Amino acid sequence: MSENKTQAVKIEISNLKKQFGNNQVLTGFNLSIRKGESLCLIGTSGCGKSVALKCLIGLVSADSGSIKVDGHETIGQSRAENEALLRRFGMTFQFGALFDSLPIWENVTFRLRQKEKLSKKIAREIAGDIINQLGLAPHVLDLFPAELSGGMQKRAAIARAIADKPEILLFDEPTSGLDPITSGVINDLILNSVNRLGATTLTISHDMASVRQIADTVAMIHQGQIIWCGPVADMHDTGIAEVDQFVNGKAYGPLTSNPPDTNVAQHSEMPV
Amino acid sequence: MIGFVQSLGASVLALSRMIGGIVLFTTIALRWVLVPPFYGRQIVRQMVDIGYYSLPVVGLTTLFSGMVLALQSYTGFARFSAEDTVATVVVLSITRELGPVLAGLMVAGRVGASIAAEIGTMRVTDQIDALDTLSTRPMQYLVGPRIIAGIVCLPILVLIGDIIGVFGGYLVGVYNLDFNASVYLSKTLEFLEFEDVFIGLVKAAIFGFIITLMGCYHGYYSGRGAEGVGKATTNAVVSASILILIANYTVTALFFG
Repeated sequence: MSENKTQAVKIEISNLKKQFGNNQVLTGFNLSIRKGESLCLIGTSGCGKSVALKCLIGLVSADSGSIKVDGHETIGQSRAENEALLRRFGMTFQFGALFDSLPIWENVTFRLRQKEKLSKKIAREIAGDIINQLGLAPHVLDLFPAELSGGMQKRAAIARAIADKPEILLFDEPTSGLDPITSGVINDLILNSVNRLGATTLTISHDMASVRQIADTVAMIHQGQIIWCGPVADMHDTGIAEVDQFVNGKAYGPLTSNPPDTNVAQHSEMPV
Repeated sequence: MIGFVQSLGASVLALSRMIGGIVLFTTIALRWVLVPPFYGRQIVRQMVDIGYYSLPVVGLTTLFSGMVLALQSYTGFARFSAEDTVATVVVLSITRELGPVLAGLMVAGRVGASIAAEIGTMRVTDQIDALDTLSTRPMQYLVGPRIIAGIVCLPILVLIGDIIGVFGGYLVGVYNLDFNASVYLSKTLEFLEFEDVFIGLVKAAIFGFIITLMGCYHGYYSGRGAEGVGKATTNAVVSASILILIANYTVTALFFG
């Protein structure tokens, strides 16, 4: 974790709104992340965390509001500008989202090979170095995603996200579906990778142990808005009933477990 | 009554939305087919999937269609002593209609379903979003190569299917109906014109476009989970089959009408 109180703001999201049909998912979402900071976004299932993340990188277009990266407004920018922006991000998805038809070495070096013509030999060497840092054996390079365990897939997805040394890393539930030991290993890998790259990190997680391990700052989203944001050490003492219920995993309280439908796959936008 | 009008209105709106969506998707897909970078490896992979692996099913379909056609025309034409036209009927039917349409429908079932399932699975497992985050346009990487492969492979498949179908008619004509082999062959070629084959191949290219486009469209907008991907697969095959039949009539009316 980094000391970042004096660092400049890297990402500034203001009054972000997004609606799917009649369902207002983001109702004025505000969030600020400093350079080098590791921020964890928590909230109940379907509360809009993934939508906020996808708005940030332009996979979903916001209805209104502002998203600034290094002070540069990203909403309303051209496709080319958005592509340039995306090159500064590395992202892992909840279920890894590794490409089924490609072996791991091609998955890991996918963006590098799109950017520059790397020979197969060099790409394999690069992929080998990265997966070695993440504790995967060399033979994994030639396996396909379906041949890997859940934990190995998460590691391979992290390897793909960090291969191009991005400035900003986004992790969407990096430890979901993993046992506590593997979760701990994944958290360590995230911390090591982030520290090595000096990247700014935004992580979505339901796993409070994971949040305690990797976050500098925690923000909680409820009904499409941030209702609390503060240092990880303060999250047990916020005085907000929703945060208290979520952080302590209480079954009864103001939060319900019947969230609205915010599945983005259902609302795929027309490609451009 | 109000309920009926409501459901009718909803159906019309849904249909309009789907047609609008397909038109927009087609426009965007065509744009990215023509713009570099071209993903050569993806195109080759899709050509193998769509073309090479469809050869057995197309070959068998046209072989038996040619054989049945020879038998049926013989028994029918014998009623008015026109048996000697069997070879001509077989070759014209196969090259103009049966070859392209049967190959199109068989490939729609095999390839359209497979494309919709693959892209649909990529959609629900976030692989399409992952492509975007890895500086790759999904339309260029996923849709473009499939459409190119469909347009290139279907005419080749149909040409091979035409030859196999005519050969099927020849087998039945010579070995079952006792036609003289050289007479059968000369009758096959006597009335066959270049445009019969060429227009069949033009149809095949259009069918290849339709099949891959429908597979990509329904996969791209697949609903969530196994059920969503299943529906996308069914919709891809049904819509491609219907559009193939409509396009077949349109092209036939345009060139032969």
